[in-house]
Amino acid sequence: MTNLAIELNSISKSFGPVQANKDIDLAVETGTIHGIVGENGAGKSTLMSILYGFYVPDEGSINVFGEPLEFNSSQKAIEAGIGMVHQHFMLGEPFTVLENIILGAEGGFLLGGAMSKARKALLDLSERYGLSVDPDAVIGTLPVGVQQRVEILKALYRGAKVLILDEPTGVLTPQEADALFDILRSLKEQGTTILLITHKLHEIMDVTDRVSVIRRGEMVGHRETAATSPEELAELMVGRKVLLEVDKAPAQPKDVALSVRNLDYVDERGIQRLSNVSFDVKAGEILGVAGVSGNGQAYLLEVLSGMHTATGGAITINGEPLASTPDTVRGQSIGHVPEDRQHMGLVTSFPAWESGILGFQASALYCNGGAMKTKAIKDAMGALMEKFDVRPPNPLLGTAKFSGGNQQKIVLAREIDKAPDVLLVGQPTRGVDIGAIEFIHRQIIAMRDAGAAILLVSVELEEVLSLSDRVVAMFDGFCSPDRITAETDERSLGLLMAGEFERTTSEGMAA
Amino acid sequence: MDFLELLLSLAQSTLRFTPILIFAAMAGVFSERAGIVDIGLEGKLLIGAFVSATVAHYVGFGLAGMLAAMGACIVFGWLHGLATITFRGDHVISGLAINFLAVGLTKTIGHALFAKGGDTPNLGGPDSTGWERLQALIPKQVWLDIAPGLSENPLLLSIVSIHGWLIILAFVTVFGTWWVLMQTRFGLRLRFVGEEPQAIDTAGASVTAYRFAAVTIAGALCGIGGAYLSTSNIASFTPGMSADMGYLALAAVIFGKWRPFQAMLGCLLFGFLFAVKDRLDGASQGILTQIPSQFFEALPYILVVVVLAGFVGTARAPKAVGRPYVKERE
Repeated sequence: MTNLAIELNSISKSFGPVQANKDIDLAVETGTIHGIVGENGAGKSTLMSILYGFYVPDEGSINVFGEPLEFNSSQKAIEAGIGMVHQHFMLGEPFTVLENIILGAEGGFLLGGAMSKARKALLDLSERYGLSVDPDAVIGTLPVGVQQRVEILKALYRGAKVLILDEPTGVLTPQEADALFDILRSLKEQGTTILLITHKLHEIMDVTDRVSVIRRGEMVGHRETAATSPEELAELMVGRKVLLEVDKAPAQPKDVALSVRNLDYVDERGIQRLSNVSFDVKAGEILGVAGVSGNGQAYLLEVLSGMHTATGGAITINGEPLASTPDTVRGQSIGHVPEDRQHMGLVTSFPAWESGILGFQASALYCNGGAMKTKAIKDAMGALMEKFDVRPPNPLLGTAKFSGGNQQKIVLAREIDKAPDVLLVGQPTRGVDIGAIEFIHRQIIAMRDAGAAILLVSVELEEVLSLSDRVVAMFDGFCSPDRITAETDERSLGLLMAGEFERTTSEGMAA
Repeated sequence: MDFLELLLSLAQSTLRFTPILIFAAMAGVFSERAGIVDIGLEGKLLIGAFVSATVAHYVGFGLAGMLAAMGACIVFGWLHGLATITFRGDHVISGLAINFLAVGLTKTIGHALFAKGGDTPNLGGPDSTGWERLQALIPKQVWLDIAPGLSENPLLLSIVSIHGWLIILAFVTVFGTWWVLMQTRFGLRLRFVGEEPQAIDTAGASVTAYRFAAVTIAGALCGIGGAYLSTSNIASFTPGMSADMGYLALAAVIFGKWRPFQAMLGCLLFGFLFAVKDRLDGASQGILTQIPSQFFEALPYILVVVVLAGFVGTARAPKAVGRPYVKERE
């Protein structure tokens, strides 16, 4: 036996009829970064919640540094030296960094002493691991990347020797993700053991030493990272070969369907969100919009879909000026798959058949005067869900009950089914598992081949490069000149994303 | 009557109204900071007032009445806790139920016991010992027995008997609430329970325990508030005597953005409005007699709405308020 930090023996856990974890074994060596990959819903988070004492397993045992771990108490897991950074941060927003960090480890009834002790300890930790954070800052005012640092510090303050990170980069910009990986590497150098849960293969390849793959609740393989490849891991995850490259024929572009000229948008707080944006999208082609999240892509989609009104410039659809409300914009044959499907694309508390007609609720297909044709809608949705491989294809099921990928398929099905001339797509595969990504990509290509003009906004560079025919990048509200995707690469696109292009405002001033 | 005199009498009657609001408001701060919507403050005040006056009448000790009132209100707090924390019911519905129960129970039981239409007997008749009411911590009677000379110095007598000690306690409670919430581990965790209950759970503490602690404290404070109402401020219980003070206290909590001292300012402001109302209501001369008294009755409530709508700005409630805590699955 070498020095194992964590040892799981035949862990099983069911929630009612759902077997979330089945007979799982896992051994993590001290001082390594160990990756755990699997599709969404494969049971990664359940496994980690068991390790952290959140759930009691039905069977199995856990050893931490050779000592058996008692279940059902996070306190015990913390005492054993386990710290967890959850996917959704567990920080009180109106509280200060310091208050969040000492919570649960106050050290006495009165806070005064604990606070000054924690302040010192926090400064020590910050210095040791390069995790600088202002202890008196209020959490709600900090960027997400810094909030995550607070979560890490919180675990370290409790003496964590094993750090579990659950999908840590889901909410981060690429730069913040890079910074996080630097932190993880420096933690590892100082002897901390790290468990990294993710479904992003490039992260596994980047930082881990070993990797374990989980599929439908079962461990299907352990690999040395250096001795494996993304293709092999992807295959283990889904259980079959997947196409990481998207198969597509050359585009057959026709007339310009969507034309944007010198578009400006200043929001209600007076902040310039879009500056002098111009581009064309032709029928039968995909224009990709790359860029680090937060550089105006969201506003671009919201203006084009009629949610906001441009403050300058011109937008035309098949030669006609863009209508002014989301409803009338839909009437111009524009489909919109919003970036944030949970809040803008669906009503998660509604059943799928209701979510599946949002935006088309007044159409004669679904509505007769004021009364909804419920039977017709359910039938139509049932058929549509079969066609788009939504699992389970049950239109009566609550929207929230579907996995991320299947929710996205519901949105896509709704928009694509109306065969719009122009399709706006935002982050089509965010939080979606590999099997569904492939399906969604094929649907988008099929739309293009059927003659739609598609504007694809994504922060996943690989996605933009593999799907689009031409590509632009956005930086600080400006839009770069376009490039032919086949003639560009990640590096030159990366320069555009960093703002390395000539930027002039609508007034002709250099920015 | 000159201006100074008017001001003094307004201040005095403000001080008489405010403690009820303060006790209820601090109860509200504890509940809401822990994530429990406490619309039942009103009902608990009423129950506290009834139990206190009744027990004080039978036992002959105001303090016993107050303790009983605290106990009764804690029980109703637990009822609210059972409905909202254990069974994850709707906080407003449960609170309303408590308010309805309070109105009906106090009147029915009161009438059954005393047959005076729900009123309780007057505490402290001519042969009073001075212990029946909560006005003085040590009754004047007791002091006079010890030192008869004090009768010539009513001010000193008032001071040594700690007349109005509950008013003092009300302001001490504000400080205590602040201290507990901001300076202790218990308070920190309580605030997190109302804001980010998952953080408490992952820190290894029980959300349920902290929420029950909060409704217990809120119950105890409402008990004191109710006791003040029927056993100190007045000498008996009359049905409906809480007069929506519980709702006003909740308004003061929002006015104070869920902070103890700011909520206290709200209580003082609302208490002042009541004092003004009483003053104007009793006006017997000049133009004021032309205005119907209903207008003055309604005035404080109207002003409360105006104040809340106009001057509070955006009040941000604790994030998890009114939301049952359920461990998430994945």
